[in-house]
Amino acid sequence: MIPTQFEYLAPTSVEDALAALAQHGDEAKVIAGGQSLLPVLRMRLNAPEVVIDLGGIEGLRGVREDGDALVIGAMTTHHAVLHDPLVGQHAALLVKAEHQLADAQIRHRGTIGGALAHADPAGDLGAPSLALGAEFVIAGPGGTRTVAADDFFVDLFETAIAEGELLTEIRVPKHTGWGAHYEKFVRVAHQWPIVAVAAAVRVEGGTIAEARVGLTNMGSTPLRARAVEEALVGQPATEDAVATAAARAAEGTNPPSDLNGAADYRTHLAKVLTRRAVLAAAGA
Amino acid sequence: MTAVEDRPDTSAKEIGRDRRRKEDQRLITGRTRWTDNIALPGMLHMAMVRSPFAHARIVSIDTEAAKASENVVTVLTGADLGEAQGVCINAWAITTDQVAPTHVPMPTDRVAFAGETVAVVVARTMAAARDAAELVDVEYDELPAALDLKKSAADEVLAHPDLGTNKSAFWKFDSEEAGTGGNVDQAIEKARGDGIVIEREYRQQRLIPAFMEPRSTVVDPTGEQITMWSATQIPHILRFALAATTGVPESKIRVIAPDVGGGFGGKLQQTPEEMITFAVARRLGKPVKYTETRSESLMTAHHGRDQWQKLTLSAEKDGTVTGLKVELTADLGAYVSLVGGGVPVLGAFMFNAIYKFPAYQFNCQTVLTNKTWTDAYRGAGRPEATYAIERLMDELAAEVGVDPLVVREKNWITHEEFPFTTVAGLEYDTGNYEAATEKAKASFGYDDLRAEQKRRREAGDRIQLGIGVSTFTEMCGLAPSRVLGQLNYGAGGWEYASVRMLATGKVEITTGTSAHGQGHETAFSQIVADRLGVAFEDVEILHGDTQVSHRGLDTYGSRSLVVGGEALVRAADKVIEKAKPIAAHLLEASVDDIEFSAGRFGVRGTDQGLAMADIAMAAFAAHNLPDGVEASLDSDATYDPVNFNYPHGTHLCAMEVDTETGGVLMRKYTCVDDIGTVINPMIVEGQVHGGLAQGIAQALWEEAVYDDSGTLVSGSFVDYLLPTSADTISFDVQHNSTASTTNTLGTKGVGEAGTIASTPAVVNAVVDAIRHLGINDIQMPCTPERVWRAIHDVGGSGTTDTEGAAMPHFDESTGMQGTTDRTDGAS
Ligand SMILES: Cc1cc2nc3c(=O)[nH]c(=O)nc-3n(C[C@H](O)[C@H](O)[C@H](O)COP(=O)(O)OP(=O)(O)OC[C@H]3O[C@@H](n4cnc5c(N)ncnc54)[C@H](O)[C@@H]3O)c2cc1C
Repeated sequence: MIPTQFEYLAPTSVEDALAALAQHGDEAKVIAGGQSLLPVLRMRLNAPEVVIDLGGIEGLRGVREDGDALVIGAMTTHHAVLHDPLVGQHAALLVKAEHQLADAQIRHRGTIGGALAHADPAGDLGAPSLALGAEFVIAGPGGTRTVAADDFFVDLFETAIAEGELLTEIRVPKHTGWGAHYEKFVRVAHQWPIVAVAAAVRVEGGTIAEARVGLTNMGSTPLRARAVEEALVGQPATEDAVATAAARAAEGTNPPSDLNGAADYRTHLAKVLTRRAVLAAAGA
Repeated sequence: MTAVEDRPDTSAKEIGRDRRRKEDQRLITGRTRWTDNIALPGMLHMAMVRSPFAHARIVSIDTEAAKASENVVTVLTGADLGEAQGVCINAWAITTDQVAPTHVPMPTDRVAFAGETVAVVVARTMAAARDAAELVDVEYDELPAALDLKKSAADEVLAHPDLGTNKSAFWKFDSEEAGTGGNVDQAIEKARGDGIVIEREYRQQRLIPAFMEPRSTVVDPTGEQITMWSATQIPHILRFALAATTGVPESKIRVIAPDVGGGFGGKLQQTPEEMITFAVARRLGKPVKYTETRSESLMTAHHGRDQWQKLTLSAEKDGTVTGLKVELTADLGAYVSLVGGGVPVLGAFMFNAIYKFPAYQFNCQTVLTNKTWTDAYRGAGRPEATYAIERLMDELAAEVGVDPLVVREKNWITHEEFPFTTVAGLEYDTGNYEAATEKAKASFGYDDLRAEQKRRREAGDRIQLGIGVSTFTEMCGLAPSRVLGQLNYGAGGWEYASVRMLATGKVEITTGTSAHGQGHETAFSQIVADRLGVAFEDVEILHGDTQVSHRGLDTYGSRSLVVGGEALVRAADKVIEKAKPIAAHLLEASVDDIEFSAGRFGVRGTDQGLAMADIAMAAFAAHNLPDGVEASLDSDATYDPVNFNYPHGTHLCAMEVDTETGGVLMRKYTCVDDIGTVINPMIVEGQVHGGLAQGIAQALWEEAVYDDSGTLVSGSFVDYLLPTSADTISFDVQHNSTASTTNTLGTKGVGEAGTIASTPAVVNAVVDAIRHLGINDIQMPCTPERVWRAIHDVGGSGTTDTEGAAMPHFDESTGMQGTTDRTDGAS
């Protein structure tokens, strides 16, 4: 179907994009890969008067190292993140999640920044970015600020990005040598997860030294399974020990009920998938 | 029902070849014309204004703002179009007292399902039409909606208050009354005393045909004939319906189905949108186009299935079946559509399947609701029947304590018993269930998989293995006109073909079948090439245009080859007969001495002869024809089948069930189908693959879900789960052919076989994997959640209804209203 008419702007710098946002206020929508925005426009669920395309801003693409962190430009496509050697080496969890995100066509168009800014609680990148303790670099009229992952996801489709601001970079602390796994539960391959669990663990001599676990689609935002993380530390990477910790996966969650599953089923899945994700991440 | 004697020449060179499809180059490269690609000078575009309510009175429609919108030509309502819009016909009043609301394409006073059109915007561009459609202000007075099928059958809320009931028709077949078998109630009563009675209730969920090309219609009223292009399976029936309900003479209407991107029964319809486009074009005197969006397609193109099946099977203690009683409740949706009223009854003759039931009774109550209307969907009536009986045979085997194949073998018709008259009164011509099953078992590795299943059970593995069987048959090749008459159907079931011999020896064929993905152009060319001894490349198949192929009953019910192909063979044979006297004359021989073989007319006992092309040229020049012989070889034939056609097969499926999550995974799928003579193995394989995927999808993924207010929540492909190649495995597809005797070529239909057979094989496998945990049913689709609930006994035991809410993936700030219940958590 055809979206309503809008004006199309294609700035080539973040400054120009911010200026355009400032000028058009809430009549404007930013478009990245368009994989979430275009369906909305085509179904006429929204009718912005101005669409600001970030595709022409070269500086927002690519992955670089900055000391202990990787810096991923917001406009880096899922495909590029998936195949980036730095990400593979230092943030394997992201690769595991990107690998299962949608399908090849969508991964070529959709961007990491667009996906995270969109903040779909069923989106595959929120839980890994929480688990990895990512930081979000947000540019606005008054300059740039950095928001921790724990503060970034505010509610259903709502992030710390305010009106007039842009997400420019995602900074991911290096987790070199950590084991990682993304356990995604779906009915058909191209689906958003019914529930998914992102796990990164550092195992020392058979014992879990550090663990980070993120949950997808267990509430109105991606969630950290802190109770599980705490319970895992110091435990052997064995089925029993991990299962005991994973039994706490649903603590503090508020999963939805929909045609893919009721809340109690999701609660059950979260525990099972957490156990599987942690064991796989630990290489057990 | 007679057998056809002369068998085809088995030395034939085209039949049986893996010819690449002629039509694919243009279809795959996009160098073709779908209806939506058609652009005519001065053409206008339409957008529909649709009801958001399942049931509501239309209080007022304000079109002023839309009319004033840029590039809008007009906005029309049902009242504006009046009787010129015609009606959508109900061609199958299965009983004389069938209750059916009048189906006006655009109602004026009341809407009966969410998505029904109440106004149409006509504009110079598609975008302008869509923009203005949002400006049409309709005031509705919402009415209570009849949504739940069982409650609707009890008339709790009326879908059409004026009718006084939701019950449309009750149809019954009883073998005792028909004289084809015994009394079923007695058989069941007896079994209650000394045998086995299996009683089950199965749900056939509502499905959406989901063809690839959304429906589209263009109407050009500027010529002497009004021309309609439409993405339809049924150009001929559509022309008839347009003429019959609008008063425009049939001779003034031309319907063209250009290349059509799939249908699966979903385009076996005379749609409101076609009628509205026709009426608007006539009214404005200008070409008009309407193309639906995918969302509109999912919401308003007809749906399929949607039944409750109450089943009672009786048997002796050893598993010998003695009776089968079927009580169906079938959801027609808001209207009794073209053949929708009769679709459940197409299953009436198939519940007994390949088994020798001595007594059988089929009862069907069709019910009106305020949902999208249902009609044919791949298999139409027969998948439902096959599902029920094949599930029951597995249940019977479990009750007797034997392998599911053993109980089937005990009861099926053996190959020596053909032709066999069934308890439903059909005469099955040929088949060999034993051979197909043996071959399937071997290829599947049946015994090894059973051994693995045993090991996993004993070890209490997290992953359990199940094996599902489906030894299906179906009736296809619709249909003997006489039988259709007995069933009160509004038309016949014959098919038409003509052969035009061109001067240069090339051949044009017209067929009344209307391909929309099946590959007729290739398969029919192969048949003609062999029959007339001409090159495959020299045959052109023309179809889908009432001016070119003026007679026909179109494509559905696996009929094109077994009925249309037979008409083609007969027309070709007439060409040969017409050519013989000319050949004899030119060769100065007696007609009786002329023999036709491999494209050559020879004189018996000599080496003299002429090719088909020579005779074609001679007939064209007409310089030297025998007296009284017309200067044309062209011939046609109309063939009315004497019997249905009965493909069958043994399908075996292995499924792994993760007992912890309820997740299911297909491990192996083997099918050995008997579809008689295979014209083109590659096309057949494609039909089987696609059919399997659709049948498996009913078992595992697809379901049209409505919420409590009658809104379709699985209204996009995000929530209506179609499988892709990533979700299916490589199927093991084989054949065991016994030639059919219902047509000259010995063919059997294959268009629906995979869909009909596979659904029960998959569900049987899922249930088999966890039967030892005390489970005997999982409602379709077998979602992980249902399987988990059954295993862990957490409510619903595998038969809970699907939650009427979709996941929202597009946010409020971007405008997407999700319906998911997120705040209360568990519910
Ligand atoms: C069929 C389908 C299946 C999918 N399956 C999955 C899946 O399984 N898992 C999954 O995680 N995702 C899935 N997605 C979504 C996919 O990940 C999208 O790429 C992502 O949601 C949006 O990224 P985008 O670059 O396309 O953003 P867009 O659609 O262009 O934008 C999305 C939103 O973010 C805003 N935005 C974009 N960039 C910025 C920025 N730099 N600063 C501020 N705001 C910004 C936009 O204004 C818009 O509101 C699927 C999408 C489709 C169409």
